[in-house]
Amino acid sequence: MLEIVGLRARVGGKEILRGVDLTVRAGEVHAIMGPNGSGKSTLAGVLAGRETYEVAGGTVTLDGKDLLGLAPEERSWAGVFLGFQYPVEIPGVTNATFLRAALNARRRRRGEPELDAVDFLALVRRKMKALEMDEAFLHRSLNEGFSGGEKKRNEILQMTLLEPRLALLDETDSGLDIDALRVVAGGVNALRAPDRAIVLVTHYQRLLDYVAPDRVHVLSQGRIVLSGGPELAKELEKKGYGWLQTAGTAGAPARS
Amino acid sequence: MTQAAAPTTGDARTALEARARAMLDRGPAWLAAHRRGALERFAARGFPTTRDEDWKYTSLQPLARAAWTRPAPPDLARAREALGRLRLHLSGGLTLVLVDGIPVPELSVLPPGLAGISIRRLAEAAVARPEFVEPYLARVAAGGDRPLADLATACFEDGLYLHARRGTCLPVPVEVIHLTMTAGAAVFPRTLVVAEPESRITVVEHHVGLTDAPYATLPVVEVAVGRNAAVEHVLWQDDAASAVHAATVAVRQDRDSRFASHVLTLGAGLARNDLGVGLAGEGAECTLDGLYLVFGSRHADHHTRVDHWKPHGTSRELYKGVLDGQATGVFNGKVVVHPGAQKTDAQQANHNLLLSPDATADTKPELEIYADDVKCAHGATVGRLEEERLFYLRSRGLPEQAARDLLLRAFARDVTDRISIEAVRARLDRWMTERLPALAGREEGA
Ligand SMILES: Nc1ncnc2c1ncn2[C@@H]1O[C@H](COP(=O)(O)OP(=O)(O)O)[C@@H](O)[C@H]1O
Ligand SMILES: [Mg+2]
Repeated sequence: MLEIVGLRARVGGKEILRGVDLTVRAGEVHAIMGPNGSGKSTLAGVLAGRETYEVAGGTVTLDGKDLLGLAPEERSWAGVFLGFQYPVEIPGVTNATFLRAALNARRRRRGEPELDAVDFLALVRRKMKALEMDEAFLHRSLNEGFSGGEKKRNEILQMTLLEPRLALLDETDSGLDIDALRVVAGGVNALRAPDRAIVLVTHYQRLLDYVAPDRVHVLSQGRIVLSGGPELAKELEKKGYGWLQTAGTAGAPARS
Repeated sequence: MTQAAAPTTGDARTALEARARAMLDRGPAWLAAHRRGALERFAARGFPTTRDEDWKYTSLQPLARAAWTRPAPPDLARAREALGRLRLHLSGGLTLVLVDGIPVPELSVLPPGLAGISIRRLAEAAVARPEFVEPYLARVAAGGDRPLADLATACFEDGLYLHARRGTCLPVPVEVIHLTMTAGAAVFPRTLVVAEPESRITVVEHHVGLTDAPYATLPVVEVAVGRNAAVEHVLWQDDAASAVHAATVAVRQDRDSRFASHVLTLGAGLARNDLGVGLAGEGAECTLDGLYLVFGSRHADHHTRVDHWKPHGTSRELYKGVLDGQATGVFNGKVVVHPGAQKTDAQQANHNLLLSPDATADTKPELEIYADDVKCAHGATVGRLEEERLFYLRSRGLPEQAARDLLLRAFARDVTDRISIEAVRARLDRWMTERLPALAGREEGA
């Protein structure tokens, strides 16, 4: 479903991604781990169309269709969802306004009728309940003054409303207490489906205790240096990333 | 729209001074004296230039360099048709219509049974009710160097007089629609609002042009807010892109009175707005909000001045501007705390959002404080739409233009939310929906 080949990307002239290869099939959950600064957020951002990154080479396709030529909103319509590592605060736009605008933008593209306020509220209330979110969040400015955990739940709420084909979650588990983590993991698991792919960028094995990945990859210095099954995450948890610095440069990038 | 000829290039001063001379003997003696004084001052001074400190960033050349004509008799059918889409249908249904500065009763709707308020032609009120008109007309807006207000005082023929009697709260807002219809004309809409003690009145003045050809409108609004009275005033300027709109709003507040102003500058190629509020009684309070959305090669300049004369006065001022294309915006907010105005609490903020690399905003707060026990704060910013916010919205499927519009509305929200009249908020929202994408995507030669 997602096919990344030789992806290279730069920020301000500095090469951050230096040839990433990754294939994620429909129905799979992949985890991407790696030390700070290795390029995980850059990879997620390039896939979602963040314009601060300059793509310097390689291809990305979703269901065989080129992604890199699409605007961020077109990628969203194609089914890409990025859960932000640092969700953006937007004062003056209520969460409800935002969620409904996003939902209806998608429905319009699909030629479906827009949801009116009543139907929207019914839908969003149901989804919020599953995420143990207080309805008051609907009427607050988007992410403004939300705690870290609230922001992450809000990302998951958006994901469950938009029902993406490809969900990229960039450290959605960071900064969560155990209850919030369970809720977030529940949201991700609920999204698991044969026609969806989920890519979890994470630092911690902890999330993977709740969301069992099919594959685990290690990104280091802009390349995927190691790939394996779920057991790889446990190994990384024990050994850290230090030993990879050497291992990474030795072997060819692993394909999954 | 009629494609009437633009005014011939020429000298506005000659044309308008001649017009003012013809008006010199109109009205009662006291008014004639005001006209004469105003004309003398204007004749001696002429139009301001960018060498004048208050006009440094705003060139009045488009106003000064045309031989503006007198308005022609109104085309009532066309006005009526436009009013069909312009009227807000506020509760109470009270709508007063002026065409080219002159009240037109045939177009106005004055429901019967409105107690406590008197609505008249200004020229008539000046004769019939001098006890209420003489103390304020051409006096509230007097003082200082106000050449455009002087020109308007010398030239105006009629206007609107709104008077809330002591202790009456007008339960419905007064909608005033100023239509400019004559291509190439200079018009001088004039409004006098007198709120007697303990009264309450809300006035929405909406300026619209029904011609695409250039015209100049120089409205003067004078407001006298009596003891413990409250006035809310909306100045909603949606003049044609080729028009010059230069307004003077002057307010005098008595003890414990409240005045709330909402200035919405959406139109005109050249817009200048001078708002002056004198807190002349203890404990008076004013809230001055402004929103200017400026596109293409338009220019909008807002000068405000608040004079705290007495103790315990409060002023709250928030102006926000959105500028696109090669548009230019100017904000100058002066707050003067006079000796003895202790315990004054004055806050002022001006924030600007630039949507294009060629748009500019100049902002300047000026505080002059001659009392020692006061609380004054001001802040000014000029910024751009945050790319990260835009990306966030787009990544959720909002098309770029929709995302920009949402962020613009969010930026404007604290100003728009404070307008108490739901119909005005809704109309403004619709204006943004219809016009923002078109305006943002199009370069217009204003
Ligand atoms: N906008 C940016 N400008 C400059 N450098 C950046 C920017 N974004 C990321 N980088 C750099 O790119 C590298 C990878 O960052 P990132 O993708 O955020 O890593 P990770 O998510 O794996 O921690 C880091 O060295 C970081 O400093
Ligand atoms: Mg990161």
